[in-house]
Amino acid sequence: MPAITFIHSGGKTDRVDVSDGESAMHAATRHGLDGILAECGGNTMCATCHVYVDDGWLARLPAMADDEDALLDGAAAERMANSRLSCQIRITHELDGLVLRLPERQV
Amino acid sequence: MSAASFASTGGPPAIPHLDVDPFAIGFFADPFPTHDVLRDAGPVVYLDKWNVYGVARYAEVHAVLNDPMTFCSSRGVGLSDFKKEKPWRPPSLILEADPPAHTRTRAVLSRVLSPTVMKQVRDRFAAAAEERVDLLLEKRSFDAIADLAEAYPLSIFPDALGLRPEGREHLIPYASLVFNAFGPPNQLRQEAIERSAPHQAYIAEQCQRENLAPGGFGACIHARVDEGEITATEAPLLVRSLLSAGLDTTVNGIGAAVYCLARFPDQWQRLRDDPTLARNAFEEAVRFESPVQTFFRTTTREVELGGAVIGEGEKVLMFLGAANRDPRRWDKPDTYDITRRTSGHVGFGSGIHMCVGQLVARLEGEVMLSALARRIAKIEITGEPKRRFNNTLRGLDSLPVTITPA
Repeated sequence: MPAITFIHSGGKTDRVDVSDGESAMHAATRHGLDGILAECGGNTMCATCHVYVDDGWLARLPAMADDEDALLDGAAAERMANSRLSCQIRITHELDGLVLRLPERQV
Repeated sequence: MSAASFASTGGPPAIPHLDVDPFAIGFFADPFPTHDVLRDAGPVVYLDKWNVYGVARYAEVHAVLNDPMTFCSSRGVGLSDFKKEKPWRPPSLILEADPPAHTRTRAVLSRVLSPTVMKQVRDRFAAAAEERVDLLLEKRSFDAIADLAEAYPLSIFPDALGLRPEGREHLIPYASLVFNAFGPPNQLRQEAIERSAPHQAYIAEQCQRENLAPGGFGACIHARVDEGEITATEAPLLVRSLLSAGLDTTVNGIGAAVYCLARFPDQWQRLRDDPTLARNAFEEAVRFESPVQTFFRTTTREVELGGAVIGEGEKVLMFLGAANRDPRRWDKPDTYDITRRTSGHVGFGSGIHMCVGQLVARLEGEVMLSALARRIAKIEITGEPKRRFNNTLRGLDSLPVTITPA
């Protein structure tokens, strides 16, 4: 079972197990992590599961679709070059060890 | 035991037939005991009263919502099958459409109501909430439905759309008609349609480009015609979607939240202690009361769902309100808890048809509850709340309250 790490804006880290094919957002909410709201439940409609992808991992993620791109413009925290919506990151064995940083706010 | 013995005989399990009318006044008055019966009867049930399949457990409701090619919307999301019956109005280009047609129109409305746009209107919506609370503090005793849950969205949403000042009294009756019309041909639906002509005339007129103020959501939809994304005949129908689904829903959402907070003083106190919980307190009220209770889909092929086989061309009724209180999915489902992790509730639906205006609803709910929590110490219910009956919407007609200033 792959595992990924979330680093909170205050520095705390949470390592969570992810089922193969599950989204990073879903794994975070399933483990009750603060810092990921996911108001729309993973339907790419709200931009409240915003994450910054740690160096080295960005290029290994699936490409961003237009709707995700547009939503990130409206995210509550600043959009950066490594911003993604965690509901759009499906975790597979190739992404075992992925590190995602959480923004200060989601709304 | 009985399920096991069915399975051992080899064939698919029998679908339980229930003698339940989920569109009867008695049901609307207290749907929860019947929701239990529907969920416990099986993953899929059959309702003999209207000859439809029903799903009331979270897993099956979520599955149906997320398989739009099998459970289609283009044959209507009410009981009426558009393949067999003429729709009462020209079908919606977004709600009553399937991909690929739906994908294009949906993209237009998503963009008009995006998180970026919400950032732009946020201050205006918050200021209007403060003004509304000023007025309520002067009154002290009032009807929390008319004077709060209706008055607040009416003070911002029609202006945000860019509607003319005249004729706005048609907005709530039109929305009520639309949601009654999803139901079966009962008295609620028939009477609503019989009285619909003046409301429909207003809506048709108001959706035209020349009647929408520049800069509003309505004008933004029409501007997409110039970009070639939609045609000039499609634009008014997309504006109509916002008029149909953007007002009465938020009225019932805000009404639900105020009713919850007035009924559960411990939750009101938690919100007072930390007004940043306002947004989740609203979201939890949408889960707990589910202002939009039901929608239908129509099967496009024979399909197996929860072990049951449903043929092609069958109507399937999804009980969103029952799914949102399914103990298989939610811990203490009948408790209103403003700190609950609400992500995944189906009060706004799920999948490609999930409420396109959900960000507007959350913004209105958040700023209103936040203003109330910061400025009011106590909300007391001072009379018997009256329920408003609608084939799809759940909410109150009146809620007499008295407030104490903070």
